[in-house]
Amino acid sequence: MAEQKFSLSVCVCVCVCVCVCMCVCVWAVRAMMCGCGRDDFQEELVIRPLHSGDIYASFQFRTVWETDFMRGNKVSHYRLFPKSLGQVISKFSVRELHISFTQGYWRTMQWGQPFQPSPPGAELWVWFQDSVTDVDGTWKELTNVLSGIFCASLNFIDSTNTVQPSASFKPLGIGNETDHRFLRYATLPREIVCTENLTPWKKLLPCGSKAGLAVLLKSEKLFHSSFHSQAVHIRPVCQDWQCKTTSWELRQTLNVVFDLHNSAQGKREWSLFKMFSRTLTEACPLASSSKIYIDITDNPQGEQFEVSPATPLLSQAVVLGDRRTFSVYDLTQQITFGTVRSLNLLIRWKSSDMLRPLLHAERYVAGYGLQTGEIHTLMYNNHPYRSFPVLLLDSVPWYLRLYIHTLTVTSKGKDNKPSYIHYQPSKDRLRPHLLEMLVQLPPNSVTEVTVQFERALLKWTEYTPDPNHGFYVGSSVISSLVPSIVAMDTNSTRERPLFSSFFPCKEESSYFVRVYTEPLLVNLPTPDFSMPYNVICLTCTVVAVGYGSLYNLLTRSFQIEEPSPGLAKRIANIIRKMRGVPPL
Amino acid sequence: MGLLSDPNRRRALISLLTRLNSPICVVCYMAGVAWFMGLAFEPFTLRTYMSENAMGSTMVEERFPAGERALTTGREFSAHKKKAGGMPVDWLVKTMQARGLEVFTQRFSRKLPFPDENKERYMVKGTNVYGILRAPRAPRTEALVLSAPCTPGDSNNQAVGLLLGLAQYFRNQIYWAKDIIFLVNEHDLIGMQACITFSPDSCRGGSIQAALSLELSSDVITSMDLVLEGLNGQLPNLDLANLFYAFCQKIGVLCTIQGKLQRNDWDSVSGYSHSVQTMMLMVMKQASGRPWGDHGLFLRYHIEAASIKGINSFRQYKTDVTTIGRLLEGMYRKLNNLLERLHQSYFFYLMPSLSHFVSIGYYMPAFGLLAVILLLRALDLWVQLATPPPRTEDGITDKEQVSSPGVLSVLTPLVISHLTGVALYTLPIQFQEMAVEQFPVSETEAVVLTAIGVYTAGLALPHNTHRLLSGEGTEQGWRVLKLVAVLYLAVLLGCTALINFSLGFILALTLVPVAAFVTPHVPKVLSAFILVILSPACTLLFSVFFFQELQELPVSFQEGWLLYLSVISQGILDHFLYGSLVYPLIALLVYPCWLLFWNILFWK
Repeated sequence: MAEQKFSLSVCVCVCVCVCVCMCVCVWAVRAMMCGCGRDDFQEELVIRPLHSGDIYASFQFRTVWETDFMRGNKVSHYRLFPKSLGQVISKFSVRELHISFTQGYWRTMQWGQPFQPSPPGAELWVWFQDSVTDVDGTWKELTNVLSGIFCASLNFIDSTNTVQPSASFKPLGIGNETDHRFLRYATLPREIVCTENLTPWKKLLPCGSKAGLAVLLKSEKLFHSSFHSQAVHIRPVCQDWQCKTTSWELRQTLNVVFDLHNSAQGKREWSLFKMFSRTLTEACPLASSSKIYIDITDNPQGEQFEVSPATPLLSQAVVLGDRRTFSVYDLTQQITFGTVRSLNLLIRWKSSDMLRPLLHAERYVAGYGLQTGEIHTLMYNNHPYRSFPVLLLDSVPWYLRLYIHTLTVTSKGKDNKPSYIHYQPSKDRLRPHLLEMLVQLPPNSVTEVTVQFERALLKWTEYTPDPNHGFYVGSSVISSLVPSIVAMDTNSTRERPLFSSFFPCKEESSYFVRVYTEPLLVNLPTPDFSMPYNVICLTCTVVAVGYGSLYNLLTRSFQIEEPSPGLAKRIANIIRKMRGVPPL
Repeated sequence: MGLLSDPNRRRALISLLTRLNSPICVVCYMAGVAWFMGLAFEPFTLRTYMSENAMGSTMVEERFPAGERALTTGREFSAHKKKAGGMPVDWLVKTMQARGLEVFTQRFSRKLPFPDENKERYMVKGTNVYGILRAPRAPRTEALVLSAPCTPGDSNNQAVGLLLGLAQYFRNQIYWAKDIIFLVNEHDLIGMQACITFSPDSCRGGSIQAALSLELSSDVITSMDLVLEGLNGQLPNLDLANLFYAFCQKIGVLCTIQGKLQRNDWDSVSGYSHSVQTMMLMVMKQASGRPWGDHGLFLRYHIEAASIKGINSFRQYKTDVTTIGRLLEGMYRKLNNLLERLHQSYFFYLMPSLSHFVSIGYYMPAFGLLAVILLLRALDLWVQLATPPPRTEDGITDKEQVSSPGVLSVLTPLVISHLTGVALYTLPIQFQEMAVEQFPVSETEAVVLTAIGVYTAGLALPHNTHRLLSGEGTEQGWRVLKLVAVLYLAVLLGCTALINFSLGFILALTLVPVAAFVTPHVPKVLSAFILVILSPACTLLFSVFFFQELQELPVSFQEGWLLYLSVISQGILDHFLYGSLVYPLIALLVYPCWLLFWNILFWK
């Protein structure tokens, strides 16, 4: 018995040992493989029917990874986080990186505010770690690397279109460092976004475009739309409410607006299949959460809207100063897909009224002729009784020489003195103008900022191949804390839908909005390149022959001069003079 | 140039030029006129061709189907216009919104300097309605404009109907790369100006690349007429005309310019005179400096623009609205393809027919031949002034005679004639109220008659000058004055011809002979008569008759005179409303210059 007992206890012991060993091993292997903590992937799609009859679809994919790229940590194992971006972060000591590619202009007055604003073309802004010594060099290298990753012309970012905003672009992640020496901001308003940019963007997703919401991202439909914008945001975030450790967050967003008028012949009826020519069959298996939100705020009684299949899940979220109600479809639940094992959401709605956006802006160039002009920026505060401050950022290329003494800011016909102005003049061929100012917008008013400029004559090699198309001036950026009607949610760690948690919210009474104006197309004085040879010949001839000889004729008087007599003749003449006979 | 640095040869050349000065001048004048007339002869001109690659090689297919529906919309518009007694703003806004456009309205008001009797308006208040078709995925940087005027009465309803029809059709297409602004403007050019001059609520849609203004007043048409002449004689890029011509050919629409069809019999006398007429009409219109269509103000902003007018005459062959719609669709699709602004083709040209053009290189010699007369006369005068007068018998020259005339004797007529010019420019507007109170005339008449009065009063200038100048004018004095005047005229005409060839050429035709022959020693009465006949005001009078003749609408002298008065008032209005430069040019520069020659004739 004792023997038996002993053997049993040995057995148990061994078992426990093996178990523990295995556990330790697995733990060790996991720890070795990861070198870090947990990672987590969420995906989400928001569909919002717009007041104008268009439909807005916003995708967000969020990967959070408890790791530390800095402090000489060599991170070599990647699971959900894309390795190409991880290497970029550690190599260039990036603290925050925001890049967006946009085709089209967000029509604020028709569509309201977008979840993630972006200007037409490409926009890139990066905060570097304070350990970086040569920020400009790192920035240059980084833009070239990103250019390769996203198949875009980001390598055209150089010192002539890079600025360091002092106030408009604060870090969105955690961190107290706000020394704008480590910030670089650049836009390429001319960048055209197409499938070649979409493909590398999709490859960054853990499931690629094989499963989950990314299945819907087919370029033939995405680029058959009124607006298309894709972005990547990388920033450090808190792991929990205590914020003892940080994680890296990668958000990939894609916003698209489909034109209902064109494709549906005026019928307000949409389905996933109509929009994307695909239906959903599963969530991305790697995702911890995979949800579709449909904004049904405007029809509490279900009159305006008809969504099928119906869902019992409702969710409320405060987003952009407004409390909105959403129908939620959880793709991780099999029941969502029903018996046909595929989800094709169908939406029918009637017209709805939109809250007028409280802040929007426009910009245009006035004047005629190719010598001077005037940039007008109009900022509208549509709030009936609250005034609020906005930060205006203008980055103007050097070839438009701003006359900063002509800067005027007027609201309601009166001079509106900005409380803060940061102006950095341009240097020819080196850096652009940077103008930042803090302006208080009075309630229910239009504030107009005007500044005159002179168009520079470029060197003939500096013109683009199509100089008569004009030269682009990037969008103005208007950042503001707009008074909110409802209390904003300031708890940043609470579980919230992704679309409502992009901009950190510090106070309940206001929310952050960024508005971009349209880019400008400005004509510069352009020589007629079609006949340089003629021009060169003519100029040379005129200068050499015409000007030279005419100048000669005009400045000299001509007289006939007797040739001087030879030595013999002179001597003969002297003798003749002495003799008193007339000289020869 | 070696020729000139050698004193002997130089002297020989100069003596040749002075000896043969008058015959050379006459030959140059003849040659100039002959050259100009030759420009309309087809073998001497070039065929038009599309220079812009983006518009030339690409194919577009026109599919606009909804002409009938457009006409129905036009009739609806007409009914609402009648009901509203003007622009049916609300209806237009609703209709455009229903077509999926972003709609804006713009109110404007303008007080004219004096009432416009032709169009019966003084205090102008109106509204522009425009709808913007936003191109998908375009960043609002570029735009095209299609406009139709909302005119009182029954005209242009079809144009608005077609505009709305095209808007609806265009909205459903996916290929737009530029925003398209559909504009219905009230009060023709005043509305247009309110729309273009940038203000917080003006028509904006990025930088406008091209604009067409459509005028259409009947359900079917026989031909489309293209109007190019804009403010100050500016013309759109020739490629815009080429585009119109190419699509008319493709779709089979009769097209005209200056209302004249083109003919194939260039070798016959009537064929030649037809193209001379067409070209002369263009020259007269360009010289007037007026915008000849609603597009006229765009050109200043470097926006290529033209007006297209549907004409319904008694011809058998008719074109329906669907075809015009397809014509416009084709043109807009090609403009949509543009990568750069239209810049490849000519900006300075004359058109003797829609298929042929005369470029600046061909027509400038005609002006050059006239201008060289002035230079030859100046050279002659310079030589005369430089060579000392023949010695008197006793070998002593009269010191008083040789000494150059005082600055005052040249400066005084210059200053006085320019002051008269300033008076001509300012007084008509300044004194209209006083004149209306004093005399039984309307404001417009007051302005015109004051202008003519000041102009005539200027003829008393020599008298006034002489009273100011103490002593007799010297022989040298008038020569110096004439030298200054001739060079002044040469520079003035040269600059004018560069900006507006037609105006420069017409002024040169009349003023150059004056400048060439006038001296104090010619028979006074006859010369004075010729001088008055060739003065700018009489040139304008003749031009009015000539223009009517060219349009095959001859007028009696009485009607012609009334027309003349209205042309003057329109010229002044154009200046104060749109900034046309012809009136100030004539009043402040050309007229004073002519007065200098008048002064020389009466030199004592």
